[in-house]
Amino acid sequence: MSNTVIPPDTGMAIFGRLSPQALPLHEPILLATFLIVLLAGAAVLGLITRYRLWTYLWREWITSVDHKKIGIMYVILGIIMLLRGFADAIMMRLQQAVAFGANQGYLPAHHYDQIFTAHGTIMIFFVAIPLVVGIINFVMPLQIGARDVAFPFLNNLSFWLTAAGAGLVMISLFVGEFARTGWLSYAPLAELAYSPDTGVDYYLWSLQIAGVGTTLSAINMVATIIKMRAPGMTMMKMPVFCWTALCSNVLAIAIFPALTAAFFLLLLDRYVGTNFFTNDLGGAPMMYWNMVWIWGHPEVYVLVLPAFGIYSEITSTFTGKRLFGYSSMVYATVVITILSYLVWLHHFFTMGSGPSVNSFFGIATMVISIPTGAKIFNWLFTMYRGDIRFELPMQWVVAFMLTFVVGGMTGVLLAIPPADFVLHNSLFLVAHFHNVIIGGVVFGLFAGIVYWFPKAFGFKLDPWWGKVAFWGWVIGYWVAWTPIYFAGLMGTTRRVRHFEDVALQPYFVLALVGAFIILVGILGFVMSIVMGFLRRRELADTTGDPWDGRTLEWSTTSPPPAYNFAFTPVIHDLDAWYDMKSRGYQRPVSGFRPVHMPRNTGAGFILAVLAAVMGFAMIWYMWWLALIAFVGLLVVAVGHTFNMKRDFFIPVETVTRIEEARLSGGAQ
Amino acid sequence: MTDHADDPGRSITWHRVDEDGHDHEDGNATLLGFWIYLMSDALIFASLFAMFGVVSTSYAGGPVPREIFNLPLVALNTGLLLASSITFGEAMPHLAAGRAAPVRVWLAMTGLLGAGFVGVELYEFGHLVSEGAGPQRSAFLSAFFTLVGTHGAHVTVGMIWIAVMLAQIARNGLTPAMRRRVMCLSMFWHFLDIIWIGVFTFVYLYGVVR
Repeated sequence: MSNTVIPPDTGMAIFGRLSPQALPLHEPILLATFLIVLLAGAAVLGLITRYRLWTYLWREWITSVDHKKIGIMYVILGIIMLLRGFADAIMMRLQQAVAFGANQGYLPAHHYDQIFTAHGTIMIFFVAIPLVVGIINFVMPLQIGARDVAFPFLNNLSFWLTAAGAGLVMISLFVGEFARTGWLSYAPLAELAYSPDTGVDYYLWSLQIAGVGTTLSAINMVATIIKMRAPGMTMMKMPVFCWTALCSNVLAIAIFPALTAAFFLLLLDRYVGTNFFTNDLGGAPMMYWNMVWIWGHPEVYVLVLPAFGIYSEITSTFTGKRLFGYSSMVYATVVITILSYLVWLHHFFTMGSGPSVNSFFGIATMVISIPTGAKIFNWLFTMYRGDIRFELPMQWVVAFMLTFVVGGMTGVLLAIPPADFVLHNSLFLVAHFHNVIIGGVVFGLFAGIVYWFPKAFGFKLDPWWGKVAFWGWVIGYWVAWTPIYFAGLMGTTRRVRHFEDVALQPYFVLALVGAFIILVGILGFVMSIVMGFLRRRELADTTGDPWDGRTLEWSTTSPPPAYNFAFTPVIHDLDAWYDMKSRGYQRPVSGFRPVHMPRNTGAGFILAVLAAVMGFAMIWYMWWLALIAFVGLLVVAVGHTFNMKRDFFIPVETVTRIEEARLSGGAQ
Repeated sequence: MTDHADDPGRSITWHRVDEDGHDHEDGNATLLGFWIYLMSDALIFASLFAMFGVVSTSYAGGPVPREIFNLPLVALNTGLLLASSITFGEAMPHLAAGRAAPVRVWLAMTGLLGAGFVGVELYEFGHLVSEGAGPQRSAFLSAFFTLVGTHGAHVTVGMIWIAVMLAQIARNGLTPAMRRRVMCLSMFWHFLDIIWIGVFTFVYLYGVVR
C-alpha cells in the first residue's frame, strides 16, 4: 500500500473498486429487498421531517449521554438487527427444506454462503451484544444507585461505534458482497487469494469498529461498578445482575483484544500483503483460529452471564424470596468467568494438538458445567416453597431452565474429544449452540426486556401478545432445533446448501415449520410493544414498582428522572429496596439539591460516522477518502478534548418539580 | 455526608445528601478506567507477541534475525525511549506541585526523545525494506514489522497526546482535569516502555542469539 501507483484510470482513483456493478441490479431477491428498504427508509425519514423530530432526536437521543437512553438505543438496535438476522435464518431454512436431489433450491451458492455468514455475524455482534450491553447500560447504574456511568461520553461513543459497524453490515447487503467465509471468517479461506471481493473486508471493518465500541463500553461498565456504587453497597450486597454484568465486562475486556489483534493481522494480510495466516511464506492459519476462539468461547459467557443475572433477579422477585445461595451464585459466576478463558481449543480438537492438550481442554470444558449446574439448583431452590407468580418474566425463566439444561448437556457431550471428532462441524454442534444461545441468552434477554420495560417507559408490555411471543419462541425453538440435533447426530454437516440424500428432507421441513413458529414469536413480541403502547394507560405503572421488586431500580419512578435518584441512596442490605420497603422507608419530599450531571455532546456520533466512512472507503479501496476520514477522526477526537464544559447542574427547582409531580402521580 | 433532616426512617439513614460538586469521583474512576484500558492494550500486545512467537522462525528462506538486526541502532533506540521515561518522571513532581512551566518543558523533552525513537525506527524499517526484507517477505518479518510497528504507532499517539497536553496546559493551566490527563499520559508512556523492554528482549536479543 505504501507505494501504490495511482492507476491511470481516474475513476479507479476516485471510486476505488466501487462501480455500478456493486449494486444488486441483477439479483431479484436483493433488488426487491433493496427497494423495500429504500421506500421504508424514505417513509421513516419523511415522517421524522413531517413531525419536526430532527431537533428532538438530535438533542434528546443522538447526543445523549444518559445511560438510560443509550441503553434503550442499544436495545432498539438489537431488535432491528434481530429482524435482519432472522430474515437470513428463515431464508436458509427455506433453502435447506427444498434443496434435495434434483431441486437446487432458490438460492445460488454465493448468495447462500453470504446469508449464513451474515446470520451468525449479525446475531452475535449486532443482536446479542447490543441487547446485553443495552440492558446492562439501562439497569446496572440504577441498581447500584448511581446517576450515570463513569464515562458518559464514552458510553455514547461506544453505542454509535456499534451502530456504525451494524450500518456497514447493512450496506453490504446492497453495495457489493458480504463475506462467504462463515461467521468467524476462518483463514486461510478469508485471505485475499481465496476471497478477493469486498465480503471479508466488510466483515473485518464493521467488526473492528463495533469491537472498539464494545471494548470501551466494557471498560466503562467495570469502572462504574467498582467506583460508583451507592454508599453501603459492598460487593457482596450488590445485586446478582450487577455481579454478572461485572464478570461479563471484565471478560469482554480480556477477550476482545485477541479478536482485535486477529482481525488486525488478517487486515494486514489482505491490505499490505503480510503472511500471518497465508498458506505460504511461513504463514500459520491455525493461529487465526486460536486467536478468534480465545475471544469466541468466552464471548458466549460474556452474553450468557448477564442473562443468568436477569434470571436471578426475576426468580427472586417473582417468588417473593431472597435469592437462594447468593454468595454461591457470585462465586459460580466468577468461576465460570475464569474457566471460560481456558477452553477455547475445544472448538478445534480436530486440529491435532494431541491427546494431552485435547484432554486438558475437554476436562476444563466439562468442569464449567459444575458452577452452571449450581446456578440452576440455586434458582430451583429459590422457587422451592416460594410464593411463585407465573407472570411473563417468570415464564421465560422456567422455559430457560428446561431448554438450557439440554443444551448444556449436549455441550458436555461435545466436550469429550473422541465424540467431538465425530460431531465436529456437524449440525449437532449447530443445534447445540443454538440451544444454549436461544435457550440461555435470547430467552434471558426477552425476560429482561419484559421485566424492565415498565421501568424504562412507564407501562408494561401487552401481556397477551407477550404470551404469543413466549409460546412462539419456546415451541418454535423445540420444533426447529430438535430435528437438526437428529440430522447432525446422523452425520449431516453444517453450512450445506444442497443435499443428495432425500431421506433427510423431513427433518429440514420440520425445522422450517419451527422457524415459522419462531416468526410468530417475533411478531408477537413486536405486537406486544405496539399493543402495549396503544394500551399504555391501562398498562401504566404509576408506582415505579410494578412487580413488587427488590432492588434499587424499583425505588425510583417509571421512567426514572434524568438524574435517577434525587438523593443518593444508602444501602444496608442485599435486596436494598425490599429492605427499605419492609423497614417503613418514606420517600423524602423536601430538601432537594441541584444535581450535577454530564452534558450532552455530538462528538460521539460524529466520530462514529467518520469511522464508518473510513471503513467504507477502505473496503472499496478509496484511499483518499479513507485518509480524509482518518484525519477527521483525529481532529474531532483531539478537538473534543478541548471541550471543557462537560457537566452542568440540574437546578433545584427542576428537581423539586419532578419529585413533586411524582408525589401527585400517586407514588408512595 | 450528612443525614437527611426529614428522614422519618427512625435511626436508619436512607440517603446521602450530596455536597455540591462532590458527588462525582471522576478522577479516581478515570485513572481506574485508563488502567483497565492499558490492560486491554497489553492483551493486544500479548496477542502480537504470541503471533510473533509462533512464526518467529518461519523465515521462508528469507533473511534471519542475525542478518538484519542492527543491535547498536536498537540500543540507541532503547536508550532514547528509556530516557524519555526519565524525563516524564521529572515532570511528575512539578505536576503535583502545580508548576505548569517545568511540566511543559519536561513533557516537551519527552516528546522530542519519543520523536527520536520513532525516527530511528522508521530509518530501520526503511533500511530493511530497501534490502528486500519487507513485511511481505516471510511470516517472521510480517510479525516483526507488525509488533514493532504497533509499538511505534503507540509512541506516535503518545507524541500527539504530548503536543495536545502542551497546548492545553498553556490554555487551561494545571486544573484537576489537566492533571488527570497528564497522569493518564504518564501511565501510557511508561506502559509503552515496558512493552518495549519485551520487544527488545524477545524480538531483538533473543532473535540474534538463537
